[in-house]
Amino acid sequence: MHRHLFNRASDSGFMHPLGSEITPQQMYMQRRDWLRQLAAGAAGVSLVAWASRDAMAQAPSEAIARPGKLAPLTGAVSRVSGANTMEKATPYADASSYNNFYEFGTDKADPAKYAHTLQTKPWTVEIEGLVKKPGRFDLDALLKLSPMEERIYRLRCVEGWSMVVPWVGYSLAELIKRVEPLGSAKYVEFITQADPKTMPGVRSRVLDWPYVEGLRMDEAMHPLTLLSFGMYGEVLPNQNGAPVRLVVPWKYGFKSAKSLVKIRFVEKQPVNSWGRSAPQEYGFYSNVNPNVDHPRWSQASERRIGEDGLFAKKRKTLMFNGYEAQVGQLYAGMDLKKLY
Amino acid sequence: MVVALRHALKHRSAKPALWLLCSLPFVWLVWGAANDALGANPAEYVIRATGDWTLRLLCVTLAVTPLRVTLGLPELAKLRRMFGLFTYFYVVLHLLCYSWLDMGFEWPEIALDIAKRPFILVGFSAFVLLTPLALTSFNRAIRWVGAKRWQWLHRLVYVVAMLAVLHFFWMRAGKNNFAEVFVYASVLFVLLAWRVVRSSMWHHLFRLGGFTR
Repeated sequence: MHRHLFNRASDSGFMHPLGSEITPQQMYMQRRDWLRQLAAGAAGVSLVAWASRDAMAQAPSEAIARPGKLAPLTGAVSRVSGANTMEKATPYADASSYNNFYEFGTDKADPAKYAHTLQTKPWTVEIEGLVKKPGRFDLDALLKLSPMEERIYRLRCVEGWSMVVPWVGYSLAELIKRVEPLGSAKYVEFITQADPKTMPGVRSRVLDWPYVEGLRMDEAMHPLTLLSFGMYGEVLPNQNGAPVRLVVPWKYGFKSAKSLVKIRFVEKQPVNSWGRSAPQEYGFYSNVNPNVDHPRWSQASERRIGEDGLFAKKRKTLMFNGYEAQVGQLYAGMDLKKLY
Repeated sequence: MVVALRHALKHRSAKPALWLLCSLPFVWLVWGAANDALGANPAEYVIRATGDWTLRLLCVTLAVTPLRVTLGLPELAKLRRMFGLFTYFYVVLHLLCYSWLDMGFEWPEIALDIAKRPFILVGFSAFVLLTPLALTSFNRAIRWVGAKRWQWLHRLVYVVAMLAVLHFFWMRAGKNNFAEVFVYASVLFVLLAWRVVRSSMWHHLFRLGGFTR
C-alpha cells in the first residue's frame, strides 16, 4: 500500500516526459535570446509579435511580472507533468480581487476588502490522525520542507469562471511522505482557519465553520496536488488563502481549501463543507466535468477572467479541467455522474 | 414635508428628473462596460445588476399606490406607468444579457436551459407574464381592453413579484445567502399585504352598508 502510494510512478499509464526529454533551461533561454534578436532585427513588426508570443509560450513564467506587492517567493520551473500550462496567466489584479473566501464575506470583492485582518504569523499546521509522525509544523518548517516550484495551473470555479494562476509551492505528497500515513489512512481531511475575530464571515451562518475539505489518499498523493505558499512569484495574498493552501487543479476551486491549519488522516470519507451544506449541488469528488451539470447551470463552458471580453463566447470546459491525461486513471471505472 | 413633496412632484421637471434617475443604472452599465470598470467578471456583473434593478423598480412600482393613498400624494399616480415600464426595460436587459453573455444567443440551448432549470424557468415566466402588462400600458390599450379587464390583467404584477423573488431566492439558495432575498421579499410582502388589508376593509364596509363612496 505504502509502496504504491509513495511511488513517484503512481500515475503510471500516462505519458510523462523523461527528464532527458525536457528542454534544459539553458537551451530554451538561448532559444529565447535568439528569438529576441530575431525580433529586434529587420524581421518586421509581425515577426516581432510572433517571436514575443513564442517566447511567452516557451516559458509562461517569464511573461508574468512580479506584482511587487508582497514578499517574493519564487520557485523553479516544475517538472511535474501538466504543471506548466502555456495559457496566459490571469492578471494579478483579477486573481487577487475576485475571490470566493466566505470567511471574509460572500461577495467576491469581500476577501480583498476584509482579509487584511487575517493573522498569518505565527502560523502552524497540525498533522493528526492515522499517521506515524503526527505533530505541528510551523510555517517556516513547511517552507523549508521541500524545494519550491512554480506551477501554472488552470483554476475552474464551480460557478462557471476560470483563471490561470502561477502558484508557488510543492506537491502535497512531499509532506504526506514525511508524516508517514498508516495503511488505514484512506482519506485526507483539510481543516482551515475559522477565527471570528479576524474573519467577519465566520460570524454569518452561510456555512458550518471551520471550512473543511477532503481528498482520497491517491488524490492527495498525486504530484499535481499542490501545497501552495505563493503566487505570481510572491507569498500568497491573504484573500487567496495565505499563508498556506491547497491547490487541486482538476477539481472545482472550492476543493482547494485556503489558510490550512490542520491536516487529518482518516479512514472514512470526510464530509466537506459544501457537501454538507448542499449535497444535491456539490459532491465530495467535484472533479471538473463538462458533462455533469450543476443543478442550476451548465458546466459545459466557462468564462476566462480577464481575458474573455464581455461579448466573447464562453470557452468549452475540459474534462478534469484539461488534466485528464494526468489524473483520469484515478477515476477509472467510477460513475462520475453519480460520484460528482 | 408631504406638502413639500407634493410641490416637488407637481413641478413639470419632476417626471423627466425621475426618468433620468431610473435610466442611471443603465448608463452606468454601458459606461462601465466600455471603460472596463465592472470588475473581473463584467458579464456576471451586468447580468446580476440588471436583475437587481428589475427587482428594485418592481418594488418602486408597487409602492406607488400605497404611498399615494397613505401619504395623500395624488401626483404619484402619473408616475406609476413610467416605473412599470422601467421595470420591464431592466427585465428585458436582464434576459438579453443572459441570452447573449451567458448563452451566446444559442437558441436551442437557451430553450433547453429554461426547460431544465426551475430557477431559470421561474425567472423567464416572470418576464413572460410582465410582457402583456408592458404592451397594454398606454392609454388607448385601456380603452381597447376595457378598464375592468385591464385592471384584472394588471393584477398579474403580483404573480410576477412572487416569481421574481422565488427566482432570486433559488439563485441564492445554493449558497445559503438569503439576506438580500429577505429584504426584497419583505418589501414586496408589506406592499401586497397593504392591498389585501385595504381591499378586505372596503369589502367589510360595503357589506355593513354604512359606507357609500
